[in-house]
Amino acid sequence: MARFFIVRISLIIVTLLFVSASIFAMTEALSGDAATAALGQGRTDENLEAMRKKLGLDDPPHVRYLNWLGGVVQGDLGESLRDGQPVGGLVFTRLGNSLLLAVFAFVVGVPTAVAVGIWTAVKKDSLIDRLFSVVSLVAISLPEFVTGVVLIIIFSTTLGWLPSSSLVQPGTSPLSRPEILILPAITLMGVLFAYIMRMTRANVIEELDTNYVRTATLKGLSYRRVVFRHAVPNAMLPTISVITINLGWMLGGLIIVESVFAYPGLGRLLLTSIETRDTPLLQALALILAAAYAISNLVADLSYAALNPRVGLN
Amino acid sequence: MVAVPGTPDADGRADVEASKPIWIWRWARAAYNEIMLLLRTSSGRIGLPLIALHLFIAIVGPSLTPYPHTEFHLEHRLEGPSLEFLLGTDQFGRDLLSRILSGATSIITMSVVGSAFGIAIGTAIGISSGYKGGMVDEVVMRIMDGFMSFPGLLLALLVATMARGLEIPLMSAQFEEKVFIVITIAVVFIPRVARVLRSAALTIKELEFVQSARLRGEPGWYIVFREILPNTAPVLGVEASVRLSYAILLASSLGFLGLGVQPPSPDWGRMINESRQFITTSTTFTLVPAIAIATLVIGINLVADGLREAHQLPKETPQ
Repeated sequence: MARFFIVRISLIIVTLLFVSASIFAMTEALSGDAATAALGQGRTDENLEAMRKKLGLDDPPHVRYLNWLGGVVQGDLGESLRDGQPVGGLVFTRLGNSLLLAVFAFVVGVPTAVAVGIWTAVKKDSLIDRLFSVVSLVAISLPEFVTGVVLIIIFSTTLGWLPSSSLVQPGTSPLSRPEILILPAITLMGVLFAYIMRMTRANVIEELDTNYVRTATLKGLSYRRVVFRHAVPNAMLPTISVITINLGWMLGGLIIVESVFAYPGLGRLLLTSIETRDTPLLQALALILAAAYAISNLVADLSYAALNPRVGLN
Repeated sequence: MVAVPGTPDADGRADVEASKPIWIWRWARAAYNEIMLLLRTSSGRIGLPLIALHLFIAIVGPSLTPYPHTEFHLEHRLEGPSLEFLLGTDQFGRDLLSRILSGATSIITMSVVGSAFGIAIGTAIGISSGYKGGMVDEVVMRIMDGFMSFPGLLLALLVATMARGLEIPLMSAQFEEKVFIVITIAVVFIPRVARVLRSAALTIKELEFVQSARLRGEPGWYIVFREILPNTAPVLGVEASVRLSYAILLASSLGFLGLGVQPPSPDWGRMINESRQFITTSTTFTLVPAIAIATLVIGINLVADGLREAHQLPKETPQ
């Protein structure tokens, strides 16, 4: 057990080092740097030179990377190249907002998807099953920005029930207006809902077809008990790994969803940081995303092992 | 004794292989069989025509446009469908039908070419690494895992922004930006394809015909490309269709974020982005490109489902 954690956590650290180094290399390769981006059209050779010095861009790349890495180890994520604010503070509130959205989508979406999956499996080939299989196909096929704008057309411009933009006053939490979370959360959850539902359905159908389920039915257990005590727990095992793999997908979806609804989260900050070549900010954001991804994979393996005694932690 | 093409051999069978030496025939037959198989599944019956329609538009669409796709009709801005403009107009009064038709070619070619590169390179890496095994496999797969630790869209954004800065000599700007999107799609796909094909190769390499090829003393490349590769065909087919639908999602998402084909060339993703500010005035402006993207991806996903059904492969998990 201890060995498992040591190995996995060191793997995560190696991954994060790799991610940060490659992002650093990629931003190095981008044309122009923060100084040219900040000065825009009004740049001359002299003020460009001065700006680079001010931002510390005149050191060779490896020195800058190691400096940055040294800072991160001490908990200092550096300062934004654009306005000199500490990156930690900038990222922190946005991270909170994004987490709020993601957790909201996840907590509402996953149980619903699993429930619908079980329901359609039990009612296999019924009208409701066909209906949901069409819905899930459409949900999987639509990119987040299409789902988003279609939802805006239906619920904002036509019905007028929900706001089309999730902008909040700077400094206030989206929780002050919870209704702005609904459309982004539905959009974010759309694809995941479909995958998780399809997976649950397929697995439950498979389990219902096994010998032990037939035994349970034949010895006179109620159908409800057969489904919920016998088939569903076993069907959940493969489903769980799909759910956690999906966490990583959700992170990508966040970038698009936040952009569609102008939601003040990490994704939009990420887009700005790429535009302005703000390396420290971009690094911090990419690290957070990669760390979240790595941790969700770890959680996947842990929950899998916890649910399945046959799988050891090795 | 030298076998003469077309003459019966010792078993009395005509040497069919040699009498029909054109390999294109075999490919065409395989493709025909595959389509017939697909048409037996209900997903394939809906998906194939949808794809065929989009392919048709991609090939001949640009020459069918009722108006030039950049022509302004300022007195007809943000109109709904009418006889004059069958699908309505955008914020400059440009004909949406013409813009959709001429935008189809770029998104479909970019996605197809991008996935083709990604799948080809990923397959080569995955199968070779799986066949080779040992230290090489370990190192290659760790590198692939490293790339997979980027959420796909983040990697795509970085690669797309990075590529945008490069300048390739002897290439027009319009062509160059398409090349960059193709590169982006390929880079994102390589590690994911490599992983799937590696696990397919691991199963196949234990089979008898691979062992006997090895005992015959065939070289490694022969075993990888002539023994293992053809037997991954069903996996590869499903993977290709799944990848293609992701490629379209990726290309249109990049377009939506402003990193796609630049104006005035029409880009379905960017059209949706532009339409958002006029969403209260005109819903058709948003809905037309949305439906174009949706039907294309739905068609591809249906074919992917049909292929899985026809070859009885398990459903894939998303990555």
